[in-house]
Amino acid sequence: MTLEIQNLSFAYSKKQVLHDISVEGFKSGELTALIGPNATGKSTFFKCVSGVLKTKGAMIKVGGFDIRETGMQAWNRNVCYMPQSFTSNAALTVFDVVLLARKHMHGWRVGDDDLNVVAETLHMLKVDHLSETFVGDLSGGQQQMVSIAQAVVREPALFLLDEPTSALDLRHQLEIMKIIKDVTQSRKIVSIVALHDLNLAARFADHVVLMRKGKIISSGPPREVLASPELAETYGVTIDIHESKEGVLSVAASL
Amino acid sequence: MTDIVLNTAERFRKRTKKRLILLAGSASVLIISLLVDISWGPSDLSIFDAAMAIINPSGASPQINVIIWDIRLPIAIMAVLVGAMLGVAGAEMQTILNNPLADPFTLGISSAAAFGAALAIVFRLNLVPGAGEILVTTNAFVLALFSSSLLYAFTKIRGVTSETMVLVGIAMMFTFNALLALMQYGASETQLAQIVFWMMGSLARATWTKIAISLVILAITVPYFMKRNWALTALRMGDDKAASLGVNVKRLRVEMLIGISLLAATAVSFVGTVAFVGLVGPHIARMIVGEDQRYFLPLSAVASALIMSVTSIVSKAITPGVIYPIGIITSLIGIPFFISLILAVRRRSWG
Repeated sequence: MTLEIQNLSFAYSKKQVLHDISVEGFKSGELTALIGPNATGKSTFFKCVSGVLKTKGAMIKVGGFDIRETGMQAWNRNVCYMPQSFTSNAALTVFDVVLLARKHMHGWRVGDDDLNVVAETLHMLKVDHLSETFVGDLSGGQQQMVSIAQAVVREPALFLLDEPTSALDLRHQLEIMKIIKDVTQSRKIVSIVALHDLNLAARFADHVVLMRKGKIISSGPPREVLASPELAETYGVTIDIHESKEGVLSVAASL
Repeated sequence: MTDIVLNTAERFRKRTKKRLILLAGSASVLIISLLVDISWGPSDLSIFDAAMAIINPSGASPQINVIIWDIRLPIAIMAVLVGAMLGVAGAEMQTILNNPLADPFTLGISSAAAFGAALAIVFRLNLVPGAGEILVTTNAFVLALFSSSLLYAFTKIRGVTSETMVLVGIAMMFTFNALLALMQYGASETQLAQIVFWMMGSLARATWTKIAISLVILAITVPYFMKRNWALTALRMGDDKAASLGVNVKRLRVEMLIGISLLAATAVSFVGTVAFVGLVGPHIARMIVGEDQRYFLPLSAVASALIMSVTSIVSKAITPGVIYPIGIITSLIGIPFFISLILAVRRRSWG
């Protein structure tokens, strides 16, 4: 499984958001953290790669399939984009919506294996007890857990997760990132996770990509990218990197 | 697999079974209501007599046959079909516009149809008597379709959200009501009475041709809507989420709107303005089975059909020998019933 992107540009009417992005080097089984300031084009980047936004002329290849030559149905089977958050007051239970994410393209038949995959995923994320709760009654953090469950049950080849931990408490942040990392490794998929928390990026990412004003300006191992002058300049802060005895990186930023 | 996991899956299976049973139960009640509707009337017929005349017309007396086949059956079946059309249209309007208040009535399709009917009534003087009835219906249909095409046109404009579409619908309702008032102001007393009577809605306008047309429209739209059930359910989690699941949101909205317009225009042009059925039926369905479209859509149709069928019975039952306009009954009886249901159930129906 590989991901290759060439000449990806995107504009909302006249506002250019992505400028000719070409990037490769995403390896299967590796978690890539996509970092960058607010409104820098991270979500737009995800939407373009997932096909939610249509791009002209860009070449995006996932595991040999080119987005220009692949039907959206087939593309969406391989590529799973999870938006930042969702709010819904629908009379649908957590089990309903997670099953929906798994089955949305496969028509009517729901088999025992589908139900079991959904139940197992809810169990893995420790949200079994919510399975019959209406999605509108969930807290922001719980909705985020449901979103992750929706992503996991789809069993894609490429994960594009937009701020999956933004509404979660400290413990859940670590748990969710660990689950994403485990799933990435065990299923040998490519995961790109947009993160604001550089400490999470430092701790869990195998690879870090730094975006600024619609361009990718740095890419490499966390140690290098997080310590780079580009990063300090992009955020306008000074960064100190620490490494614990166990080899866990952490980042301290100051003005 | 642990017990907890198996248990979670098992509970979902049970809930699915429960939903199917509820759906089958509602359908059975609808059939009973249909039979009661057929047997209820000024000339006393038992359900048995009615059923016999339907199953074996040659065995029944000509008098009973006329009552059953020419009067009661068309009305009773039309009630069910109109209910189903309005229910499906309302349910899907609420879904694609993400708004609990959306239905053919609140978004101006009924008002447009009434305006169309009024146009026909006021200008019918020039026409051969007998053709007028068809003109009223076709006019209402054309105007209803026109108003939903306006809604459709708005979806084409960049950056228009579902909220904007609801506002446009409400604006259209007021516009067509004003135009209708203008027509009424200029109309003669007879015409005025006709317009008012049309707007009250009546199942007595049912004919076998209208029934056949309604069946065809339902047979086209409902299977199509059911085919999109996953996408429609996904839409209720928001546009972004639905798009991320691979739903072409814009296209889905447009396709659904075309189907909904056909359903609403047909129903309203055939029997006149019937308020709130398209609103109440789907809400009842939502309370009972939730919004998984595989159950929500059929139950919306069944619940709305049941409301119309019961309305048809009530319209005959209040004063023997008099048939009250259904539009009045759906509002007067349907709404208090609906409010009490909301208060009694106190479950999530919409936010």
